[in-house]
Amino acid sequence: MSNMKSVYGTGKDNYTAKIRLKSTVLFIWFVILTIICLLPIYILIINATRENSEIANGISFIPGTNLGKNITKLFKDVNYRTVYDVWIGYRNSLFITGFATVFTVFFSAMTAYGIHVYDFKLKEISYTVILLVMMVPVQVTSAGFVSFMLKLKLTDTYWPLIVPSIAAPAVVYFMRSYMKSSFPLDIVEAARIDGCNEFRTFVSIAIPMMKPAIAVQAIFAFIASWNNFYTPNMILISSKFKQKTLPMMVSAIQASDKFTDYGAIYLAIALSILPIVIVYILLSRFIIAGVALGGVKE
Amino acid sequence: MASAAQRRIKSISYAKYGYLFILPFFIVYFIFQLWPLINTFIISFKGNGNAEALETYVGFDNYKAILFGGENRAIKMVHQKFLASLVNTVILWVGNFIPQIILSLSLAVWFTEANLKIPGKGFFKIVMYLPNIITAASVAVLFLQLCGEAENGPGALNLLLNKMGVVSQDATSEKYDTIKFITGVWQSRGVVMFIQTWMWFGNTMIMLMSGIQGINPSLFEAAAIDGASSGQVFRKITFPLLSPIMAYTLVTSMIGGLQMFDIPYLYHKDPNKVSDNLKTVAVYIYEYFHDIVSPKMGYAGAASVILFFITLVLGCIAFYLTRDKDEIAKKKQRKKIAQQAKRESKQFGGLSI
Repeated sequence: MSNMKSVYGTGKDNYTAKIRLKSTVLFIWFVILTIICLLPIYILIINATRENSEIANGISFIPGTNLGKNITKLFKDVNYRTVYDVWIGYRNSLFITGFATVFTVFFSAMTAYGIHVYDFKLKEISYTVILLVMMVPVQVTSAGFVSFMLKLKLTDTYWPLIVPSIAAPAVVYFMRSYMKSSFPLDIVEAARIDGCNEFRTFVSIAIPMMKPAIAVQAIFAFIASWNNFYTPNMILISSKFKQKTLPMMVSAIQASDKFTDYGAIYLAIALSILPIVIVYILLSRFIIAGVALGGVKE
Repeated sequence: MASAAQRRIKSISYAKYGYLFILPFFIVYFIFQLWPLINTFIISFKGNGNAEALETYVGFDNYKAILFGGENRAIKMVHQKFLASLVNTVILWVGNFIPQIILSLSLAVWFTEANLKIPGKGFFKIVMYLPNIITAASVAVLFLQLCGEAENGPGALNLLLNKMGVVSQDATSEKYDTIKFITGVWQSRGVVMFIQTWMWFGNTMIMLMSGIQGINPSLFEAAAIDGASSGQVFRKITFPLLSPIMAYTLVTSMIGGLQMFDIPYLYHKDPNKVSDNLKTVAVYIYEYFHDIVSPKMGYAGAASVILFFITLVLGCIAFYLTRDKDEIAKKKQRKKIAQQAKRESKQFGGLSI
């Protein structure tokens, strides 16, 4: 009897020891990965505060003292401001991103609502079409898109960057699945009996009920639109500086020979990712949950 | 009993509202997505260069030029450049997908293993997803700064490698024997692969995790009670049940890989000239239709159509393979059950119980 107990006991100890060892090894591995994930961003921030010659001669993990001078250079020096003006960049990016985000979530919710709530002949077909077009890559249609926009004389305007966001198949798909699980049709009928018209039912009953789905998709639409470099770069052809979005300005640094101060370059890059990092820090929990729900892959 | 109002509502047809609600989506979709797609097909049959040529139909000439080349030197270049861009795309995609899927899958399994006691799982997840949300253009320019060499210094990454003892420094001239992370063929490809993996492994990991969490937990419990090792659990339970999501990841990653643009397009020091070793199909198409002096719309269109069909075929193959496997297994099982039932019924003298 006692013999058996001791056998059982050591077995258990062995098991816990094994688990503990594995957990520790994995913890160290995760820490290494965390360092790899954060190191480039950390060096970016540190270098934004250092002087040109310091950056050329060595790396440092302690902030420098040159942030003020870098800021003055980036904001005041004419050579830099003709390539990269962070306020114009923020303004343009925010304008496009704001409209695109609102359009994406509102019209996607509306389309999903239309398909979910009403019965009509083309219902299933239209939904299948939406699912099919989800997979077509942007790059495939871009040649035809640009030549069409040239014909309409819409290049160098923001219209082709904002209006297409009304049709976001992946977001419609997500909203439809959300409605299936948590939007009972009885509510619509109850609203009808109370004399609510159809559009008002959607705006003042369906949209508030769908807040969680709308919030998640709004975050993703915001990030995708803010980060978009490809579409603005192909539509804003004349490269008027006042029109450029922030990613376009960052990419101009790389092609410019006027940008010679590394401190200012790092500062410019850091400022370009600052808003999105702040959004991420505030909303990371929702974002991770949204990805897990089958969030869209760019 | 239904009230009068309720009965009246039942008799009204609301179908027109359905059309009204989905109308904006489809109008915008037809103008800004479907028509551009059709237009891409149309311009793929038209010429290249000046305004007049852009409106002339040339039949399959663009496709011939891209796929087979020709005697003309310019056309030969179109063909060779396309082949090179296809090779680059495949190399860059494979080089980022393999490490990415290994990393993401192992992390997803470890994160979901219930008996491991690892503190701060939530924090790790958040940090690992972070690179994915950062503007790709900024990431490309950032890595360009980190990997590049300054006029009077070896650059951040080479300095770091020097400290670690990988890059040597000449004692007399104080010059570093640097690794050419931007101009070197495989070095620059390696950096781009690293950036892509760095940006996407967190996303893939979270998708695979939600897949693993969707597996019935009683299967894992049963395996644990039967004393299965974590390797066995992975091979016999997690991996087979995860295969639909793996296929989805594979397809989206392939399609994403064919679209790879921002980072290869921006990762070069030479102003306005994309490195030849990094030119992907997306960059190839972009350069043709974005050529302001003489837009090569025809070539861009034809290459886009080829890209479209590659995407289509890849998508179909991957989905077909996974769906078929499942179906075959189910069919086999059903057959087995039917046979067994038959045998049993024979044993009992044809009486069904």
